[in-house]
Amino acid sequence: MSVRRLADEQPASFEFSPDNLRWAQAQIAKYPEGRQASAVIPLLWQAQKQHDYWLPKPAIEKVADMLGMPYIRVLEIATFYTMFNLSPVGRNFIQMCGTTPCMLRGSDDIKAVLKRRVGAEREVSPDGAFSWLEVECLGACCNAPMVQINDDYYEDLTAENFEKLLDDLAAGRPVRKGSQTGRVTSEPAGGLTSLTSLYGVDGRSGPGCVSAGGQSAPDHAAAASEHARQDQKPAEPAAARLAQEVAESPGKPRQPVAESPRERTEVPVGEHGQRADAAQQPRVGSVQQGVPADHPAKSAPADSSKTS
Amino acid sequence: MLDDKDRIFTNLYGLGDWRLRGAQSRGAWDNTKGLIEKGKDWVIEEMKASGLRGRGGAGFPTGLKWSFMPKPDPARPSYLVVNADESEPGTCKDREIMRNDPHLLIEGCMIASFAMGAHACYIYVRGEYIQERERLQAAVDECYAANLVGRNNVNGWPFDIYVHHGAGAYICGEETALLESLEGKKGMPRLKPPFPANMGLYGCPTTVNNVESIAVAPTILRRGAGWFAGFGAKNNTGTKLFCVSGHVNTPCNVEEVMSLPFRELIERHCGGIRGGWDNLLAVIPGGSSVPCVPAHEIIDAAMDFDTLRGLKSGLGTAAVIVLDKSTDIVRAITRISYFYKHESCGQCTPCREGTGWMWRVLTRMCEGRAQKREIDMLLEVSTQIEGHTICALGDAAAWPVQGLIRHFRHEIEKRIDDYAANPHSESVLPYGVAAE
Amino acid sequence: MTKIIVDGKEVDVPAEYTLLQACEEAGAEIPRFCFHERLSIAGNCRMCLVELKGAPKPIASCAWSVKDCRPGPNGEPPSVVTRSPTVRKARNGVMEFLLINHPLDCPICDQGGECDLQDQAMAFGVDTSRYAENKRAVEDKYIGPLVRTSMNRCIHCTRCVRFTAEVAGTGDMGAIGRGEDMEITTYLESAMGSELQGNVADLCPVGALLPKPYAFKARPWELAKTESIDVMDALGSAIRIDVRGREVMRILPRVNDDVNEEWISDKTRQVVDGLKRQRLDRPYLRRDGKLVPASWGEAFAAIAARVKATTPARIGAIAGDLASVEDMFALKALVGALGSQNLDCRQDGVKLDPAHGRASYLFNPTIAGIEQADAVLIIGSNPRREAPVLNARIRKRWRMGGLPVALIGEAADLTYDCQYLGAGPDTLADVAAGRGFGEILARAERPLILVGQGALARPDALAILAAAAKLGARGGWNGLAVLHTAASRVGGLDIGFTPAAGGPDAQAMAGAGALDVLFLLGADEIDVAPGAFVVYQGTHGDRGAHRADVILPGAAYTEKSGLYVNTEGRVQMADRANFPPGDAREDWAILRALSDTLGARLPFDSLGALRQALFAAHPHMARIDAIEPGPLSLPTTVGEMGKSGFVGAVQDFYLTNPIARASAVMAECSALAKGRLQQAAE
Repeated sequence: MSVRRLADEQPASFEFSPDNLRWAQAQIAKYPEGRQASAVIPLLWQAQKQHDYWLPKPAIEKVADMLGMPYIRVLEIATFYTMFNLSPVGRNFIQMCGTTPCMLRGSDDIKAVLKRRVGAEREVSPDGAFSWLEVECLGACCNAPMVQINDDYYEDLTAENFEKLLDDLAAGRPVRKGSQTGRVTSEPAGGLTSLTSLYGVDGRSGPGCVSAGGQSAPDHAAAASEHARQDQKPAEPAAARLAQEVAESPGKPRQPVAESPRERTEVPVGEHGQRADAAQQPRVGSVQQGVPADHPAKSAPADSSKTS
Repeated sequence: MLDDKDRIFTNLYGLGDWRLRGAQSRGAWDNTKGLIEKGKDWVIEEMKASGLRGRGGAGFPTGLKWSFMPKPDPARPSYLVVNADESEPGTCKDREIMRNDPHLLIEGCMIASFAMGAHACYIYVRGEYIQERERLQAAVDECYAANLVGRNNVNGWPFDIYVHHGAGAYICGEETALLESLEGKKGMPRLKPPFPANMGLYGCPTTVNNVESIAVAPTILRRGAGWFAGFGAKNNTGTKLFCVSGHVNTPCNVEEVMSLPFRELIERHCGGIRGGWDNLLAVIPGGSSVPCVPAHEIIDAAMDFDTLRGLKSGLGTAAVIVLDKSTDIVRAITRISYFYKHESCGQCTPCREGTGWMWRVLTRMCEGRAQKREIDMLLEVSTQIEGHTICALGDAAAWPVQGLIRHFRHEIEKRIDDYAANPHSESVLPYGVAAE
Repeated sequence: MTKIIVDGKEVDVPAEYTLLQACEEAGAEIPRFCFHERLSIAGNCRMCLVELKGAPKPIASCAWSVKDCRPGPNGEPPSVVTRSPTVRKARNGVMEFLLINHPLDCPICDQGGECDLQDQAMAFGVDTSRYAENKRAVEDKYIGPLVRTSMNRCIHCTRCVRFTAEVAGTGDMGAIGRGEDMEITTYLESAMGSELQGNVADLCPVGALLPKPYAFKARPWELAKTESIDVMDALGSAIRIDVRGREVMRILPRVNDDVNEEWISDKTRQVVDGLKRQRLDRPYLRRDGKLVPASWGEAFAAIAARVKATTPARIGAIAGDLASVEDMFALKALVGALGSQNLDCRQDGVKLDPAHGRASYLFNPTIAGIEQADAVLIIGSNPRREAPVLNARIRKRWRMGGLPVALIGEAADLTYDCQYLGAGPDTLADVAAGRGFGEILARAERPLILVGQGALARPDALAILAAAAKLGARGGWNGLAVLHTAASRVGGLDIGFTPAAGGPDAQAMAGAGALDVLFLLGADEIDVAPGAFVVYQGTHGDRGAHRADVILPGAAYTEKSGLYVNTEGRVQMADRANFPPGDAREDWAILRALSDTLGARLPFDSLGALRQALFAAHPHMARIDAIEPGPLSLPTTVGEMGKSGFVGAVQDFYLTNPIARASAVMAECSALAKGRLQQAAE
């Protein structure tokens, strides 16, 4: 890890979107009274997602104010944990695993593709579509080599299928998440060696298999119940204070004021959770719905793509 | 070979339905209330009798760990914290549990919490596992909706479960660093004693367990300690998820019995070594932090804690990284060394300063730009780190380097000779790690 | 007590001792960097590793307590080895790691000569390096006007981080990044906001954090060190004054657990440059409206002429905030010899009076006693500005838990949780009636009622004092804690440097037409109306000197030996570290010489003789470092409390006295603090 500094150009302010603010309050309520600092990582992460996948200084200060922490403590967190991007990244932020298991399976080739296609590490491509970073083990070693693009893993890569993946992302074509060679998850390629009594050797024919329709149908009931549960939680003091703080600063602009030329004024404060869909739905200029990132309903589309 | 009927993780590959209905059809949440009604002492005794050793790497007996929790005290509530910060290079088993069999984990959390008198559980998922976290949260929500967990649930033990996440720090897999991170601080390991069982999360009694250790508990209790203890060798009982990566024909996760010989594991599930058994160079049998074992020592070794310790390595997380003869072994270990330098929290002097030193020397050795006497110096530096730090990351950084020198000193010497014969100024490595 | 064997020697120590303490008890020296007695344990430098029999690896002795050691197999006491080859190797290894990235710049490092790393490298280092890679380079950080950074030298012990988080309570510093790229800094290189920030330079075991104003000024071995007492506030912190030649180079804290532990405020530490600027180094006389240099004789003659021309009742004297007891005693004797009783040491108009008993104007629970308090009510004070070190003591007590603190007066951030009750006497009356916070106080066994000068420099002071005294009164515990701001004040009250009953107080004496001759002994915080002939005896060309008709150059607190009585009533002796500049003289000697000219010769020819007379009149002054208990006899009728809110006595911590006002460093700090306040207000 190298020395981490905040970006030179920073927006003037940061405010959570109303949805994310509600989400943040629910997060804070997860922890016992007086322990609201526990929510610092989730809140910073949500702020980063809302802010084009990088964490600006006003967001650090906002989160610190919300949680009653000294700024330096939150800055420590933001610089200690490497998933916090302290400067702008491409719309497709590619984290390439370069640790030994991936290296053994050819991450050097992937890195070569990135260097050629995207450019130097940490630099955003001129069109703003891509930037990449070599990261440490992402925990998908049985599907090495792999990259994480925004929120999603892309596994079993080769130079060829990775090039195609980048092509598709650049062109806005739909892409397949997970394995790029047709594996479902981390089962052995070419046929199961265990659990065949449940799923058959091909993994599709056994009694344990679920029809594709059955699994991909998003469980809206479960999603709804999640919200009901979060709402039922008593508004603990931390949350109450938060509400008060929000009430006290009504005059602050809701959207960050763009200072940086790289900042796109039109970009909504919508979050980045659906960035993989950016292919179908270019984010620039579009107004996305501010769905809180951890909304369980969001995992449903991921399922369908995985099993279909 | 393990029969499918004896496998705990019956949806390991996500081929079945991960949701509550699917999990229940595979046996999860079956008579959980009945297990709880047998009492905490029974649960702990069964866990002890099963011989389950922690699946997070250290292999500490799980039942014993649960028994360390003090008596409940209303002023200091007990906590269960599940370590789902799976970051050890080579390891990817907990990910499959969380996204494909989350209900086993949630049920395990409930039972473990009951056994230690905890009414709240936090699952700390590594930040990068975003989809896995959402899946796990969805499963938790299902359980709340079905009233399987919650303040007034059908199982009769008031219990709340929360999914928390990190943001990219391997060190948070260390239990006390994880607690620090969960409290909203930097993930810097704490001094022990006091141990988490006395002063853990928020200063309260806490047990930190690996995802797999917790997820196997309900099945062990349902099927009996004897069933679980019937697998594997003495003191190395049970079934285990192996994550095989690297130079095998079909890398995969697989649940197998403990003490399965390495050759059988690879032949049966991984399609053999790439290029055949003669092409095997070495194996890192337990995640990046254990020393590598050369081919001839590992081929017929049983994959369990004690056998591998006998080979001066370890089972660790059972993340088997296979290296064939095409591997640049020096570079492979250098990359691991870089990993530890990158992930050192910076708290203790030996680890903060020593990991970078080892990596820099190794980087030169990859190309042969070194002196032979530096090999011994490197070894000594590694021993200056080992055992001198607060947590085990210093040890974990030292061991792979020690393994390299123990088994492949000749390879390093050869490079040094080659370079001495043909010195040049350009780096011969096509890809260095991040420009530092 | 628990038995433990250290290097074969058995010692008996309390079970909660750490191994490091136990080893020191046994006479074994343990090297350390991160460990500090007054900070939390970090255990990160790994220098203090020792071998514990039965433990698989060396353990950090600073973090391992004796009670955590297991006895031997046959029940013998646990055994610790500090000199084994294993220990030696571990420490040598840690030392090597610390040095690989530490620059070899000792010749230009101010810490040289008093550097822990340097000293321990002598014991555990080797004279060659095996490290062939490039050394780490770290950007230096701006962290405020008082501490200079050289971050290449940092060994990441985190003492500074822990100090600002724990003792200072401002959480200014942190360690960003991680691993070998971890860097100590403030939030985006902002200036620290603590009044105790200078202490981080003392805590830094290497030359990473150094006092900025002192940078490259001197080497420790060139300095003559004098132990003395600080006068910047009424705490009387123990200090060490380091002098080279005639020049004070720096001021450092000394350990005094009863007063300042081992911290001092930034004003105490960095007022040094104020001792050299704006100094009065010769007598002056006002001629034709202008102050012109004069000889001592001329100055004395001018005074004598004016004294002779008036009556004793129209002569008076006001003592300032930095005067020593001896100076005031001599001045009192002189004014008395001239036949006047017009004296006052309370230039701020505070209504404290020795007639009400000594306990009526002391910080009775004592500073160390703060740690025994179980509830604190602060009335009309901002202890963070008026006595930052004392405020840190309250914070220390608060961190131990279970301490409710409430404030009546101006709202302020005191670095600990503090319930703000209200602005003035109405609120106090509520509390006194047992409502609100009064209930908590009523339940408290050892309540501490801290009364600031802001609540006492007003007509209803006596009523407020009485209410506070009543709130704090318990059998065997007097919770009335008067926090003074002037170092001279308690001494002045002790020796009765106050007007006779019914006589004019300081404000009256300074009023128009009140007196013909007014003698100001370093009194700069009072405006003297035109008319009176003002003799100003002091050190700096400040407010008093500008008003003066005659200036007599005196000695600053580092330039004379003198007694000071701190806010808790502790008599302490300051020592002379250097000499006054130019023609300036020690104040008692000036008064003695002047008394000759005035024909009222004082009966002492030496400081020793003066002290003898002082001790005869006030025996407790002879008991150095002791606190003389006194009675509390407030009058039964104390009047009604007023309505207006309390206004703090110190608005600008950095500029409270003429020395501080002459200091460029203090001016910079003051400007920064004002900026912060403004920012906070927005």
